[in-house]
Amino acid sequence: MSSITDYERMPDVAEAERRGLAQEMQRLWETGPGVRGWLSTVDHKEIGLRYIVTAFAFLIAGGVEALIFRLQLAGPNEHLLTPEQYDQLFTVHGMTMIFLYAGPVLSGFSNYLWPLLLGARDMALPRLNALSYWIYLCAGVFLYAAFAIGFGPNDGWFNYVPLAARAFNGGPNIDFYALGMILLGISTTVGAINFIVTFLRMRAPGMTINRVPILIWGTLTASAANVFAIPAVSLAFFLLWMDRNLGTHFFDTAAGGQALLWQHLFWMFGHPWVYAIVLPAMGMVSDGLPVFCRRPLVGAPAVALATVATMVLGFGVWVHHMFATGLPTISLSFFSAASIIIALPSAVGVFAWLATIWTGRPVFTTAFLFFASFILLFTIGGVSGFMTGSLPVDWQLTDTYFVVAHIHYVLIGINVFPVAGAIYFWFPKFTGRMLDERLGRWNFWLMFAGFNIGFFPMHIAGLLGMPRRIYTYADGMGWDWVNLTITAGSFVFAFGVLLLIANVVRSVKAGRFAGANPWDAPTLEWATSSPPPPYNFVVIPTVGGAHPLWEDRLGTEGETSHTRAGLVLDHGREAIGTTPVDAEPNVILKMPGDSLSPLCLALAATALFVGLLLLAWWLVALSLLGIGASILVWLWPRARLGETAGGAHV
Amino acid sequence: MRQDANSSVKVAWLSALLATLMFASPARADAPLNYLTSHSDRADAVLHLTWGVMGISVVVMAAIGVLLTVSIWRRPGLAEPQPGMRLAVGPREGGLSWLWIGVGVSGLALLATVVWTVDVLAGLAEPAEGAPFTIEVTGHQWWWHVRYLSDDPSRIFTTANEIHIPTGVPVRFKLASGDVIHSFWVPALSGKTDLIPGQTNELWLEARDAGTYRGQCAEYCGIEHARMGLIVVAQSPAAFRTWWDHQLQSPAPPPDASAMQSFDMRCGSCHAVRGTAASGVLGPDLSHLMQRKTIAAGLLANTERNRLHWIDDPQAIKPGSLMPAPELTPHELAVIDGYLETLR
Repeated sequence: MSSITDYERMPDVAEAERRGLAQEMQRLWETGPGVRGWLSTVDHKEIGLRYIVTAFAFLIAGGVEALIFRLQLAGPNEHLLTPEQYDQLFTVHGMTMIFLYAGPVLSGFSNYLWPLLLGARDMALPRLNALSYWIYLCAGVFLYAAFAIGFGPNDGWFNYVPLAARAFNGGPNIDFYALGMILLGISTTVGAINFIVTFLRMRAPGMTINRVPILIWGTLTASAANVFAIPAVSLAFFLLWMDRNLGTHFFDTAAGGQALLWQHLFWMFGHPWVYAIVLPAMGMVSDGLPVFCRRPLVGAPAVALATVATMVLGFGVWVHHMFATGLPTISLSFFSAASIIIALPSAVGVFAWLATIWTGRPVFTTAFLFFASFILLFTIGGVSGFMTGSLPVDWQLTDTYFVVAHIHYVLIGINVFPVAGAIYFWFPKFTGRMLDERLGRWNFWLMFAGFNIGFFPMHIAGLLGMPRRIYTYADGMGWDWVNLTITAGSFVFAFGVLLLIANVVRSVKAGRFAGANPWDAPTLEWATSSPPPPYNFVVIPTVGGAHPLWEDRLGTEGETSHTRAGLVLDHGREAIGTTPVDAEPNVILKMPGDSLSPLCLALAATALFVGLLLLAWWLVALSLLGIGASILVWLWPRARLGETAGGAHV
Repeated sequence: MRQDANSSVKVAWLSALLATLMFASPARADAPLNYLTSHSDRADAVLHLTWGVMGISVVVMAAIGVLLTVSIWRRPGLAEPQPGMRLAVGPREGGLSWLWIGVGVSGLALLATVVWTVDVLAGLAEPAEGAPFTIEVTGHQWWWHVRYLSDDPSRIFTTANEIHIPTGVPVRFKLASGDVIHSFWVPALSGKTDLIPGQTNELWLEARDAGTYRGQCAEYCGIEHARMGLIVVAQSPAAFRTWWDHQLQSPAPPPDASAMQSFDMRCGSCHAVRGTAASGVLGPDLSHLMQRKTIAAGLLANTERNRLHWIDDPQAIKPGSLMPAPELTPHELAVIDGYLETLR
C-alpha cells in the first residue's frame, strides 16, 4: 500500500476519445433511475433547470397577479378588487418577482452554467446545491400557502413596521412572510457559499482569474454580497417574528424600540439584493452579446472590475430608500452622492457593450435582439435611478409611480430581458435543440413593445403625482389615460412572455438539432455535447485564454487551450481542485454521490418553520430532531470519499 | 432585421419625446398632484434641479439610443450562425476608447449633478428669518390631525385634514404619527417627509401664490392609504389671520339643543367640537366643519348628500375606515347633519 492517498495521486492524461472512457464516466456520474433518482440527484444541470422552471412558474404567478390589479387600476374608481385583495396582490406580486423569480432564475442559470463555463464536473458542494434548491421550493410553497388560504402578506414586500406589527396586522399574514423569508434566506445563503467555493477551487487548470467569463464574476459578486446582506434581512424578520409572537419590542416605539431600525436592516439587505439580481444577468449579456458580434467583449477586465465595484458601492446606498424619513441632511447627502456615483461602473458596462457591437459584425438572432435591447432598457432604468439618487429630487419622486417605472426597468429590463436572451442562447445547450427563431422574433417584439408601452408611461404617471400602492384613484386626478395605457401595454407584454413559454414547450420536442456549438461561441460550455453528459467533460479541459474555442481564429494569448485531451479522473466521482488565483491543479476532489439527505433536511427545516408559525413547540422539537438526523446522515464519513482513515489509499 | 432593430430604437425615442411633450402643459394642469409645477421659491429650486437631471437623462437615453441603432446598423454580420458553421471572429483588441470617452463624459455629468444637488440642499436648509408659527401634524389611519401652536395658549387650536397657511412666509411643520408610518406630501409646495412613530420630523412649507393645493399620504399605511388626502389652503396673511381668529371661537350653539345632544351621544366619543361636550380624539376635530371643502380626508366634497351618505355608511365609501356605521334612523341622521351644518 502506497502512502499517497487517492486524492494526491498524479492523474493520467488522455484523449477524450480513449476507448471506454466515456462509458465509464457515464456509469460513475449517471443519476439513478426512477423517483428516488429524481429526488436524490445532485447533478448541477438538473438542479439548475429545476431552478429555472420553478422560477418561471413563479414569474407566471406574479405576472397574473399584476395583470389582475392592473385591471383594477385601468380606470378611476374601479371595484374589481377589495382594498384587502389589492393589498395582498401587490405585496405577493412584489415578493414573488423579487424573491421567488428574479434571484432564483439567475441561480438556475448559474448552477447550470458555472461548472460548464469553468470546465468542471460539478459545483464544489453538490449536496448543498440540492439543499439550496429544495429549500427554495419549500419556502416558495410556504409563502404561497399563505396566499392560497387568504392570508398572503399584505403590507408590501418591504413590510414596514409598525404597520406589520401585531397591533396593526393581527392575522397570520406577516408571520407567514417573516418565516418564509428566513427560510428562503437559508437557501440563498448556502447557494451563495457554494458559488464562492466553486469559484475558488473548481476552475479548470489554466483558467487564471483574468480568463474567467463575466457571468462568473456577476454571480460571484452577487454571492459574496448575499453572504453579507442576507443576515440583515433574516435578522430583521426574526426580530419582527419575536415582536409579534414572543412579546419583544425591537420595533415597538412605545416600549423604547425603533421603527426605523426595520428600514435600515431591510434596505441594508434590499439594495445589495437589487444588484445581486441584476449583476449575473448583466454577466450573461457580457458573455452572450459578443458571440453575436463575432468578437470578444471590449474591455472585459474593466467590465469585471466594474461588476465588483458596483457591488461594493451597492453596500453604501441603502439609505436612498429612506430619503424622506427625516434623517439629518448631511448624512443623507453622502448617500445621495454615492447613489449618483454608482452609475459610473454601470457606464463602463454600457459603453463596453456598445463598443462591442460597434466594432463587431452583429448577427441578428433573437438572443441578440434581447441582449442589444437590454442596453437601452438598462440605460433608461439607470438614468431614472440617477434621478432618484439626487436627494431633493427624490423627495418628490419617491413613493410615486416614477419609482415603480424605475424598479420595473431595472427588474424587467436588466433581469427578464437578459434572461429571455439567455434562454434563446443556452436553450440549445440545455436540450440539444434550437428554439424557433421566427416565433422568437414575435416573442421579442411583443415583449419589447408591450414592456415599453406598459412601463414607460409609469414615469409620466409618477410625474403627474400618482402615488404607489393605491388600490384606486378618483377621477379628475389626470391619471386616467396613462393608467389605461399601462394596463394595455402590460397585457401585450404578458402575451410576449407567453410566446416565450410556448416556444420553449414546442421546441423541447420539435426544435432543430443544435449540435455542440450552434452559435460558434468561444467558451467551454460549447465544447461538450448538447445536452452535456452527466460528467460534463470526459477529460478535464485545460485553458489557455478567455476564448478557448476561438483560439484557432483569434490566435492564442501565449498558451493553447485543450478540450479534447486532458486529465482523466476515473476513480469514482472525481473533480480537479485548483488554486484560487492561478488555477493550478493541486488536489483531486472526491465528489459525493446522489443522496436523499438534502431533501430530508429541507423538509425538516420547513417543518421547523411550520412549527414556529403555529407556535407548536412539539413540532419544533420534532423538526429539530429531523434536522439533526438528516445532517448526521449527510455528514457520515465515507471511506469512498477519503473521509475515514486509510479509506482512500491507492 | 436591420429595419427591426432600427425601429425598436425609434419606438423608444418616440416615447421619450412624447413623454417630454406630454408633461409640458395640458396633462400637468389636469393633475392636481403633479410635481412639475411649483408654487414656492423652495420648491422652485428643487423643480429646476428635477428638470436638470431629467434633461440629462433624456439626453443620455437619446445618445445611447442613437449609438445603439447605428452600431447595430452600420456593419451587420455576413451570415447568421447555423449549427456546425464556423464564422469569422475579430478583432481581438480595439474599442477601448469608447470606455475612456463614455465613462469620462458620464463621470463629469455625475459629478456636476452631485455638486448641483448639494447646492440645492444648502438652499433648503432652515430659512434664516425663521417661521412665525408652527403647525403640528399627526398622521392617523387614514386622516390628518392638525394643531396650530402658539406661545399664547389661548391661540392654540385643533383641526383636521385641511391646513391653512399664509402666503409668502415659511411655516414650520412638526410631523408625528399616532399609529403607523405616513408621509406628508403637498407636491406643489414641497417633497415628502415621513411621519414616524417615536420621532418628530420637521418640514418648512411656503406658498408664494394663494390657492388650494392637494396633498396625499405617500407612504403605504394600510387599507385606506389610497384615500388619505389633505388640502392646503394658502391665503393672504390678513385672510389667514381672520381664519385663525375664527377657528379659536366655539361655533354658535344650534337653535335645536337636542341636535347637539344627539351628536354628543352618537359621535362625541370620537369627534370633538370646540366648546361642547363632544371631545373625542379618535377621529377628526369637527369644530368648524362647514368651512372645510372636503370630508373623509379629502375624499368627498363637503356637500349635504355626501355627508349623509358618509355618516350613514362609511364602510361603503371607504372600506376599512376606522369609523363604524353608527346605525342611525333617517331622522337621527338628518338631525345630526342639521347640527353639523351649524358648525361654521
